[in-house]
Amino acid sequence: MTEMNIVQAINRTLRDAMKQDPDVLILGEDVGVNGGVFRATDGLIREFGAERVIDTPLSETGIIGTAIGMSLYGLKPVAEIQFLDFIYPAFDQIVSELAKFRYRSGGQYPAHVVIRAPYGGGIKGGIYHSQSTEAYFCHTAGIKVVVPSTPADARGLLFSAIADEDPVLFLEPKRIYRSLTGEVPETADKLPFGHARIVWEGTDVSFFAYGAMVPVAVEAAETLSHDGVSVEVIDLRTLVPLDEAAVLASVEKTGRAIIIHEAARFCGFGAELAAILAEKALYSLKAPVARVTGYDTPFPYALENVYLPNAERVVRAARNSLRAS
Amino acid sequence: MAEPQALSRNIPLSDGGSFPEQEVLDTYRLMVLARATDERCLMLQRQGRIGFYAPLMGQEAAQVGASRALAPEDWIFPAYRELAVALARGVPLRAIFDQLLGNAEDKIRGRQMPNHFGFRDVNFVVASSPIGTLITQAVGAAMAAQRRKDRIVTIAFFGDGATSSNDFHAGLNFAGVFQTPTIFFCQNNQWAISLPREKQTRSATLAEKGSAYGMPGVLVDGNDVRAVYAAVREARDRALSGGGPTLIEAEVYRFGPHSTSDDPKRYRTDEQLAAAKERDPILRLKGEMVAAGRWTEEMDRQLWEEVRTRVTKTFEEAERAKPLDPRSIFDDVFAEITPQLAEERAQFDQEVRDGVLKL
Repeated sequence: MTEMNIVQAINRTLRDAMKQDPDVLILGEDVGVNGGVFRATDGLIREFGAERVIDTPLSETGIIGTAIGMSLYGLKPVAEIQFLDFIYPAFDQIVSELAKFRYRSGGQYPAHVVIRAPYGGGIKGGIYHSQSTEAYFCHTAGIKVVVPSTPADARGLLFSAIADEDPVLFLEPKRIYRSLTGEVPETADKLPFGHARIVWEGTDVSFFAYGAMVPVAVEAAETLSHDGVSVEVIDLRTLVPLDEAAVLASVEKTGRAIIIHEAARFCGFGAELAAILAEKALYSLKAPVARVTGYDTPFPYALENVYLPNAERVVRAARNSLRAS
Repeated sequence: MAEPQALSRNIPLSDGGSFPEQEVLDTYRLMVLARATDERCLMLQRQGRIGFYAPLMGQEAAQVGASRALAPEDWIFPAYRELAVALARGVPLRAIFDQLLGNAEDKIRGRQMPNHFGFRDVNFVVASSPIGTLITQAVGAAMAAQRRKDRIVTIAFFGDGATSSNDFHAGLNFAGVFQTPTIFFCQNNQWAISLPREKQTRSATLAEKGSAYGMPGVLVDGNDVRAVYAAVREARDRALSGGGPTLIEAEVYRFGPHSTSDDPKRYRTDEQLAAAKERDPILRLKGEMVAAGRWTEEMDRQLWEEVRTRVTKTFEEAERAKPLDPRSIFDDVFAEITPQLAEERAQFDQEVRDGVLKL
């Protein structure tokens, strides 16, 4: 075990995966000589050379299109999109091509690409360096969507992503890239997809969060614990596939659900969770499901802290839920 | 008639790029097979026996000429009009028809409209409908081949319209930067549905766009199977000797509609079409063979008759194949079905059992 932050865990994991398997390679903007704008690929070009850590021209569709071609040929590309906000030139390649290759070829041509992209606000990145648009991708059949929230999870889930036979969008919570450290195993153990993590066990109310909202949920749970409220905090870890069983089990126990994400509310991932609870856990619910989310506005620069859900808003939503019924 | 010979030869480097004359007859047969298939499929669509069709007529020499210059190890990234390329790779006509019908034998399991086929066994990557997306993919596969030290090329097939796409720019740019063994084979058939070539770009030729990406741009008469062969052969040789990518513009003319959903009379005149048909690549090759004393009108009549009979019979066989298993709709989304999708499939099963879904 080594204490490290999320960026270090990702860097170490990429390095270990590349050492393990010569077919793994990295491509993206500034990932080589510069080591990535967040330094996630720092030092890898020195160790593995420019053939495996490829600085590409500035074109996201070029990055993902070529990564798909590499994958069809048998390599395991890990593409970096510098910020999730810049992924849209590659949207066609991801949604129309990558996610559909296996299906549209009748299984002849599976395309396995890992796309790493830092996402989310909290770094004063303004409108184009802060967005949390995972729902676009969760809506598309054929691509998995993973959002780690701790250094250890980042390592285990990234190992799984690289080993997975399907395309994976690996969203990195850049707000807690460095602020959060934790023990990370030296081993190359994969953390299976579709298994949520119970961060806090509790009996009164369930918090569902992922990525950078997990620490916010925990902070709110701590505040509530001082008043004797027992909160269960669930870190979803992977949105596709979703650990629906964990979500339902928690709400069957607590009867109350607060969904927390920094993405906009309307048609956000929370809407899917709320729908699942309405379909399958309605009779367990003691209060309406509540969502604490970013607003349905573009992501603001100067008012970032107003936009982002904080522990106070979560606590208030929980208290409202506890007052109901 | 036997299946046209698949491209099962290993092509050595630099033999001067001239067309292997012993293959002329076989090449001609392939072109006739593609044309006869096209004609039949347009009819079948009108009869409601297939749902859609995108004909290639007018592009046979470009497609067969290019295919003949490739090795079986090379990777084809086709658009959705590359019937003659598939046939030249040795794909059986029956497999094409199975795809047009989306029956139980269809290699892509009924997942896409007609013409969007793919055949992994002959390195013919599955097509899609978005324009240009295959171009960057072909470059990526070439980068992978470079990394594996495989002596192969990848070739991207696309049309004049695709030269306006994002991925044309990105793909050629990446290929130039990384000097990938990629051939960008643009069949300029003069029309992107209704938009004529001169409204697609102000460039005098499409081939000249290559220079902006630091690669040779070659303009070739796409109705001349030998010229196309030579251009692709030269590009392949260059790619394999480390000389990087080539953009080839094969000038052709789309004789048919964009697809069976399109009426070209809205945007082009009969006179334009008639003028283009004077350069019909099939008539041209036939004329050359007749002039060389290797072919006669009688032999031609017999060939067409044979081919048409075979096309009709093969389609009828394909029509008799079993329909797809409806439950297969849930396969191949992921390597292993997710719990969410498994639940949908279970619900589907229940609806079938309850008679809610009648299959």
